[in-house]
Amino acid sequence: MRSVLPIIVAFLSGFIMIASFFFNADRSFLGKLEEDLLTWVTIVGGFTLLLGVVSITRVNFNAVKQKKEDWFYKLLTLIAIYVMAVPAILPSSWSPLFGDEAGSIYDWLFTYVDTPMMGTMFAMLAFYIASAAYRAFRARNPEATLLLMTATLVMLWRIPMGEAFLREISIHLPDYINTFIMKGATMAVQRGIIIGAALGGASMSLRILLGIERTYMGKG
Amino acid sequence: MVASGLFEVWIGAFFTLAIFSFLYKDNPFYKFAEHIFAGLSAGYYIGLIWKSVIIQQLWIPITNKGEWSLIIPGLLGMLMFARFFRKFSYISRISLAFVMGNTAGIFLVSQLHGLVLPQTQSTMLSLTGDGFVETLFALIVVIGVVSTLIYFYFSKEHTGVLGVTAKVGIWFIMISFGAHFGFTVMGRISLLIGRVYFLYNDWILGTLAMFD
Repeated sequence: MRSVLPIIVAFLSGFIMIASFFFNADRSFLGKLEEDLLTWVTIVGGFTLLLGVVSITRVNFNAVKQKKEDWFYKLLTLIAIYVMAVPAILPSSWSPLFGDEAGSIYDWLFTYVDTPMMGTMFAMLAFYIASAAYRAFRARNPEATLLLMTATLVMLWRIPMGEAFLREISIHLPDYINTFIMKGATMAVQRGIIIGAALGGASMSLRILLGIERTYMGKG
Repeated sequence: MVASGLFEVWIGAFFTLAIFSFLYKDNPFYKFAEHIFAGLSAGYYIGLIWKSVIIQQLWIPITNKGEWSLIIPGLLGMLMFARFFRKFSYISRISLAFVMGNTAGIFLVSQLHGLVLPQTQSTMLSLTGDGFVETLFALIVVIGVVSTLIYFYFSKEHTGVLGVTAKVGIWFIMISFGAHFGFTVMGRISLLIGRVYFLYNDWILGTLAMFD
């Protein structure tokens, strides 16, 4: 029963979503049910995030309590979570510092602390990507040479000075890069990968609906 | 980032430099910023989900509009927390199964109807186009898609015609990865320029301007 009931729930909830697609969903009972279920799944999904936060809190709190390695940094994580989240949850009618409107603690922390750090984290990847390029961009074989040439052409094409340089070689070169590399070869590969991944995703969905795939239930 | 005051600029500059310090090596400043960043990001999503989901889609419809059926997803959500009690953890499977089943149902239709069919249809291009460029473009797309799909087809050994086509697939994949790499590099460089400009313009020049 511990496994059968979840499989039935999974099958029925998935079946309704598929059936509503085939039976003129907009004007039928199934359509209304589909709409409701979409809201329901968003709500349950919201709770899963809260579950994750409770889990993070437990793990970090235990590490701090037991004074494990780097416990001070784990304490910082905990403080940061709750300093950001608690004022956001409290109603703005209590204080202008609460809620998520402009001028709130939540908004201030997001704009002046979180956003610069996010930008810096991604910007730092420029150095690592350059280091990766140094190792990867060696014309050891035809495939690696192709990778090197395409990346160089695209990087040149993306900056005004590089584009001007490419136009010096041939007036149509930037347009050809756009047409044949970006819209042609790149799109073709993306399309091939999308089709393959979508077929894989669809078959995995079918496995879940039919109860063949049960790993999401865990052990026991 | 739109800095409103010097204090905010200094906060932003401190965290920017603390994160960049990792380029030298892992150090306490980086760890400090990293853990604050992780905490704030988690806290940000709590605030977002609390307002947009728990309040707007659950609490307000139940209390203001009397949509009592929403108690069911509320209960399913609460059941998730049964995971923390070993004896009752199996109950959380029902909520998880609901999410998985529902997502699988949406996914099955959207993947086949929204991706596979339109992408396949868009690949069925006329090879006798309006001109040389159009024909060459159509050829590249058709050969690229087919050879990429064959490269990722592992149920048969890549020998003979299949091997040659898979080899063409590798060339296309290399071109695509190269282009993506170039694009990503330029995107990251652009972000780096943004952070360096912030440090120079907002932080250094902004602070010096105070003493003028």
